[in-house]
Amino acid sequence: MSLIKEIDFGTPIRIADKTVTLTIDGESVTVPAGTSVMAAAMSVGTKIPKLCATDSLEPFGSCRLCLVEIEGRRGTPASCTTPAEDGMVVRTQSEQLHGLRKGVMELYISDHPLDCLTCSANGDCELQDMAGAVGLREVRYGYEGENHVFAKGKDGLANENWLGLDTSNPYFTYDPSKCIVCNRCVRACEEVQGTFALTITGRGFDSRVAAGPTDFLGSECVSCGACVQACPTATLMEKSVIQMGQPEHSKITTCAYCGVGCSFKAEMQGDKIVRMVPYKDGKANEGHSCVKGRFAYGYATHKDRITKPMIRAKITDPWREVSWEEAIGHAASEFRRVEAQYGRESLGAITSSRCTNEEVFLVQKLVRAAFRNNNVDTCARVCHSPTGYGLKTTLGTSAGTQDFKSVEKADVILVIGANPTDGHPVFASRMKKRLRAGAKLIVADPRRIDIVKSPHIKAEHHLQLKPGTNVALVNALAHVVVTEGLIDEAYVRERCDLADFEIWARFIAQEVNSPEASAEFTGVPADEVRAAARLYATGGNGAIFYGLGVTEHSQGSTTVMAMANLAMATGNIGREGVGINPLRGQNNVQGACDMGSFPHELTGYRHVSDEGTRQIFETLWGVSLDMEPGLRIPNMLDEAVGGTFKGLYIQGEDIAQSDPNTQHVTAGLAAMECVVIQDIFLNETAKYAHVFLPGSSFLEKDGTFTNAERRINRVRKVMEPLSGKAEWQVTIDLARALGYEMPYSHPAEIMDEIALLTPSFAGVSYATLDKLGSVQWPCNDKAPFGTPLMHVDHFVRGKGRFMLTEFVPTEERTGARFPLILTTGRILSQYNVGAQTRRTANSTWHDEDVLEIHPFDAENRGIKSGDLVALASRSGDISLKAEVSERMQPGVVYTTFHHAETGANVITTDYSDWATNCPEYKVTAVEVRRTNYYSQWQEKNREEDVSLRRIAGKSAGNLADAAE
Amino acid sequence: MSHDYHDPEAVKSANLARLGHMAGQIADYFKSYPEEQAVPAIAAHINEFWSRRMRQDFLAAFDAGSGELHPLARAALARIRPAAGQ
Repeated sequence: MSLIKEIDFGTPIRIADKTVTLTIDGESVTVPAGTSVMAAAMSVGTKIPKLCATDSLEPFGSCRLCLVEIEGRRGTPASCTTPAEDGMVVRTQSEQLHGLRKGVMELYISDHPLDCLTCSANGDCELQDMAGAVGLREVRYGYEGENHVFAKGKDGLANENWLGLDTSNPYFTYDPSKCIVCNRCVRACEEVQGTFALTITGRGFDSRVAAGPTDFLGSECVSCGACVQACPTATLMEKSVIQMGQPEHSKITTCAYCGVGCSFKAEMQGDKIVRMVPYKDGKANEGHSCVKGRFAYGYATHKDRITKPMIRAKITDPWREVSWEEAIGHAASEFRRVEAQYGRESLGAITSSRCTNEEVFLVQKLVRAAFRNNNVDTCARVCHSPTGYGLKTTLGTSAGTQDFKSVEKADVILVIGANPTDGHPVFASRMKKRLRAGAKLIVADPRRIDIVKSPHIKAEHHLQLKPGTNVALVNALAHVVVTEGLIDEAYVRERCDLADFEIWARFIAQEVNSPEASAEFTGVPADEVRAAARLYATGGNGAIFYGLGVTEHSQGSTTVMAMANLAMATGNIGREGVGINPLRGQNNVQGACDMGSFPHELTGYRHVSDEGTRQIFETLWGVSLDMEPGLRIPNMLDEAVGGTFKGLYIQGEDIAQSDPNTQHVTAGLAAMECVVIQDIFLNETAKYAHVFLPGSSFLEKDGTFTNAERRINRVRKVMEPLSGKAEWQVTIDLARALGYEMPYSHPAEIMDEIALLTPSFAGVSYATLDKLGSVQWPCNDKAPFGTPLMHVDHFVRGKGRFMLTEFVPTEERTGARFPLILTTGRILSQYNVGAQTRRTANSTWHDEDVLEIHPFDAENRGIKSGDLVALASRSGDISLKAEVSERMQPGVVYTTFHHAETGANVITTDYSDWATNCPEYKVTAVEVRRTNYYSQWQEKNREEDVSLRRIAGKSAGNLADAAE
Repeated sequence: MSHDYHDPEAVKSANLARLGHMAGQIADYFKSYPEEQAVPAIAAHINEFWSRRMRQDFLAAFDAGSGELHPLARAALARIRPAAGQ
């Protein structure tokens, strides 16, 4: 094993149809037109010395180290800013160049500390490398002159040019004394991340990198780490490297946070992670990352990790640590007892959207083959199940239509109910790059989220609708398209079912769907809606990106279909730059759905009632399968409360925190007789469990994750499982104890079975993935390299199907008692239930959930920022701190659900999507008032954090999920 | 919406009410279609996504014409597949 180092071409590789051929040091080189001389040289392995250039950034031409000689040109142009031309004759080495470069390096080093041996970049310093490359042997200027290096001068007086170390960011330091002002960090912040937090202050010798007028933590910096990665010296450096030293080997793996699915190099010393560095050849992220993926991996080795199996008879008993054999045996015998007592349908499982495809596949296999029912569901139920239903009904497939790269060709980007800069930050950076290059943006969101207006980004239209009125808004957009003659008629005629189209067109043209009529519900001015519709329909390639703000409503599935209608009517599906794309929440939520985690579907979205499909599985698995759909998570909980559902195997999922109406969830859990939790932490749900099977982090196993663009990425083991077993091994053991053998010795064999059973995965294997890096399903004989774009010549279902999408207001209504609407969401630094990120320094940015409230509503209630307020709905009440914010509209309040002790889901109701039962997290009628007390639920929860989490022989209290 | 979780009868009737409510929501979606399309679509949706026990409980609770139910959902009752083999 060795350290993986991508080639740095110095400047971006251009894409062009035309090529140019030039001669570099006597060698003929052919490159795409627009490629720099520097990159052309590197393409044949010739490294021209450089400092300010790196191929993630546009050329800058400041360091003057990459000078070359070009025949017929005067002087020595910089190779980074000089495009290669046909017939050019370039020399990269000569006496003259050698002298010039040495002179440049001599100047640099004259104002740089010479502590190379003890420097954190030792072994990974481009400045050091360049000093070596140019043969620098002496610095004639000495070090006594004006400098940025020493805190004090020879005279003992303070050096006014010297700036101290900035350690404010929890993950990296800024050491101005080592800075060569190459601007790479500033440019990375602008060009790669798009935040513009960094700048150069001063001019000439006074030039300094600065995070605005403050330190890094206090600045606009989002801690993505792009600057650290771009820095050629130790100026910006990971604290982990400062502490541990340089890594010695690395492996490519996939981030376990959001659905973007970034590829990372896990850079290691033995089995210890030194740092995570985004992998340039990873197709989802192309070398970029966010604060979670790059830095927030410390949870994986946190002291709260439970590494020993545990059992207990009652949830009020303390846990007892036992052997794997005893825990598995106990779980199996309890499941069998429950089954004997309450029947075959009293058992079920929830698969994890954070586990690998292979692990998820095994859990649903266990349910269908060992429990012998179809009671399996997954957390997609509570996030993107309406996406599956809506896109399958209209287009024929339950997934997004594009790859992320496609956004580079979009002309109009419509963001609905998604907050990409917080929820999907690495994709947001790509989107912002395209927006800065001129694409237009329409945002439909109840809040003024960051992407509405941020540096060099401004939405043309922010349709600030009232929560719960998505269908009315999207219908109004479509109404404009239909009634103003903006339909792409040729496209519709060729590709869509015309009878359905005509019914839809008549429906949508009705006055009730006009922007003017729907404004009553949406609150969005009609002329704004009309302008947005015209822009989307006529502005070139129109691309829709959406999130849980679309799906988590009682009409979630209807909105998904309404967006598909809109995209089909305008011809915006089936090529680059367009499409309809769900931004998926969790790392493997797409995969969990693909793997047959839904109670009505086998892998590849085939209904359990389909004889032919069932037969394929029955033959391979050697059991007969139930043809009846099983229970969805909310149905399981209802039946548990009703007394007919008694045993649940939960793989890496915390429904007691993440699912709506907490008190209903916990009543359901408490009514069950055998709850088996497989997790890395003693989470909220584990308070109600009888068996705890320790899980493994993504660093501890091999497998695959599938991201929001259907991309199957490899997860690679870099350390042994802390508990001794990866989840897939534990599921195999449990199945065996239940009397069903699953003979796999490696996850690769599980993938082979998935490929065998699933037409859209037929071409997927670990060998394929190792060869291609990643593939997007469908991957089979028809598409051996995968499918970046779906529905290219025709829709997967044949003809695109327009569905009627009448607006039906949610039954959750505001009134005198509950006059405000609560909507929930997430923020950049925390992830989902926070079990991972709360156990990292990411809590520096967000250590508690707060309630955002508009100044108007706050003033009415005498609420100031920082006040404790009671938030009450028909489901329950909690107390949390208020933050007065103009991002909100009057009448709407907002909070996150990252912290268990807040209990945001105590408030949310059990209203759900009509088609899929996806909960309506985004609309809850509430009242807010000042208070001095935490709610009864919060007090009880605080007690139970201790009483339901005791472990025999261990001191109580230190295992609370809230602990850092 | 909140249950008394300790009273089995209250829980049972709340669960049946919930099934009726879910069927009503499905009917509310398909009501834009002509009745001859809507009714089979409502039944097909329930057959496709509800477990056999949910369907059985639903039919038992609403088949006899009892309980408040969306008229289109009621019209679909006859097309809902009864639990197989029971």
